[in-house]
Amino acid sequence: MIEEIITSGRMNPEIDPILHVWGWEIPFYLFLGGISAGILIFSAYFTLRGRQDELPVAVKWMPLAVPFLIGIGLIALLMDLSHVLYFWQLFTNIRWESPMSWGAWTLGIIMPLSIAWIATWIEDIFPKWDWKFDEVKTAIDWLKDYRRYLAQILILLSVILGMYTGILLSAFNARPFWNTSILGPLFLTSGLSASAALVSFFSKSEVEKRLFTRIDIILIGIELFMIVHLFMGHLAGTQVHIQAAQMFLGGAFTVPFWVFVVGLGLLLPVVLEILELKHKFIPAIVPVVLIVAGNLMLRFIVVNAGQASRWLY
Amino acid sequence: MRYAMAVDTLRCVGCSDCVVACQTENDVPIGHCRDWIVEKTTGTYPELQLEIRSERCNHCANAPCVRTCPTEASHYAEGGIVLVEESECIGCKACITSCPYDARFIHPEGYVDKCTFCIHRVEKGQNPACVSVCPTHAMIFGDLDDPNSDISRAMATRKWKSLIPEAGTDPKVFYLI
Repeated sequence: MIEEIITSGRMNPEIDPILHVWGWEIPFYLFLGGISAGILIFSAYFTLRGRQDELPVAVKWMPLAVPFLIGIGLIALLMDLSHVLYFWQLFTNIRWESPMSWGAWTLGIIMPLSIAWIATWIEDIFPKWDWKFDEVKTAIDWLKDYRRYLAQILILLSVILGMYTGILLSAFNARPFWNTSILGPLFLTSGLSASAALVSFFSKSEVEKRLFTRIDIILIGIELFMIVHLFMGHLAGTQVHIQAAQMFLGGAFTVPFWVFVVGLGLLLPVVLEILELKHKFIPAIVPVVLIVAGNLMLRFIVVNAGQASRWLY
Repeated sequence: MRYAMAVDTLRCVGCSDCVVACQTENDVPIGHCRDWIVEKTTGTYPELQLEIRSERCNHCANAPCVRTCPTEASHYAEGGIVLVEESECIGCKACITSCPYDARFIHPEGYVDKCTFCIHRVEKGQNPACVSVCPTHAMIFGDLDDPNSDISRAMATRKWKSLIPEAGTDPKVFYLI
């Protein structure tokens, strides 16, 4: 038997004995960013397909939530900064190699664009809406002419937003659990899935409900596939990656992840949604709450597990 | 100019003089440290091996902290020394999570802090504080580009290792073994 004892005089707060510099703010923001990206992608995509009147909740109503979701996310992000008075430095630098920089710029552009996007739909949603000033009305009418281009830009930026929430973590090779590029697509898919579930919950039209339930079932299937691949990749990796995966295969994160994220957050709602499509009565709130809670939990667990995984030397 | 440090693990006794010198020289806040001692015991009694290392920021040539910093607060200074510019740091902590050595910490004033190789002393031609006080002369600081510098000589004539080179960081603190 070989014993290895490492003693260290270092005890920096939040670094030792286990890194925990990112608390609730980061996973909470990643969750809101993912849902916002999902909502905008569906809205823009179905506008390009010309289905705005058939799918009013997905195209016109859901984007109303986006500026609020991103706004709350931004507040969480600012709360995380320990030198917050200097946050403007994010916007005096463009750093191609830094995911944090990509995120700041994407958010900075997507926030006003999402408001412009809503503005082009607001008269459809509230027929009595009055812009008060003619100049504003002229500007919005001008925007409406360019709605297709706006939709294309929004899809591109939203995919970046959704992916970046995962890439932010996977860019850190110092934390083996995060160091897998599948986190980007996984978080994008999970954000899309939560927003699809929200659309089918809020929609009153049978066509829209059924379409988004079907989309959600497919997305959850892809998510499960990616989770399996996440662990396959780690288990086929180096010793530190294997150890990181073992936190989920017998270690501290096993029960929270497999029971709450995979069981209650993915498998149970997908079964309920399939039953819904077969016209069985399922209270509509149940699958959506499970999916959204699972989404949030996935991000909390991934952020915490990554910080707990490390190189050994 | 490529500054580097070598720590002789056969000479280091783990007295922590380097840690105290750093805290005094750099006014490191109480409860935090920029350098620290690791004592690693391997084996089963009575067959034991002991390695003592004085560790700090590795001033990597391919530093993940510089790469992930969104504001250029983390940057390479002269001679490859990795520094944090306080007035550009927003405290996002991306650099802390990106460092496989956990060499950085959050200063109580909010910005991220770490070893500077005592650049203010090096610029005057002096050694970093930890190197100057070491009672067993276990630490060598110098320029790797100068083949006659003490560190180049030590690296050429002694066996050495660096910490987790497989992380791809190209560290510039070496351990003579």
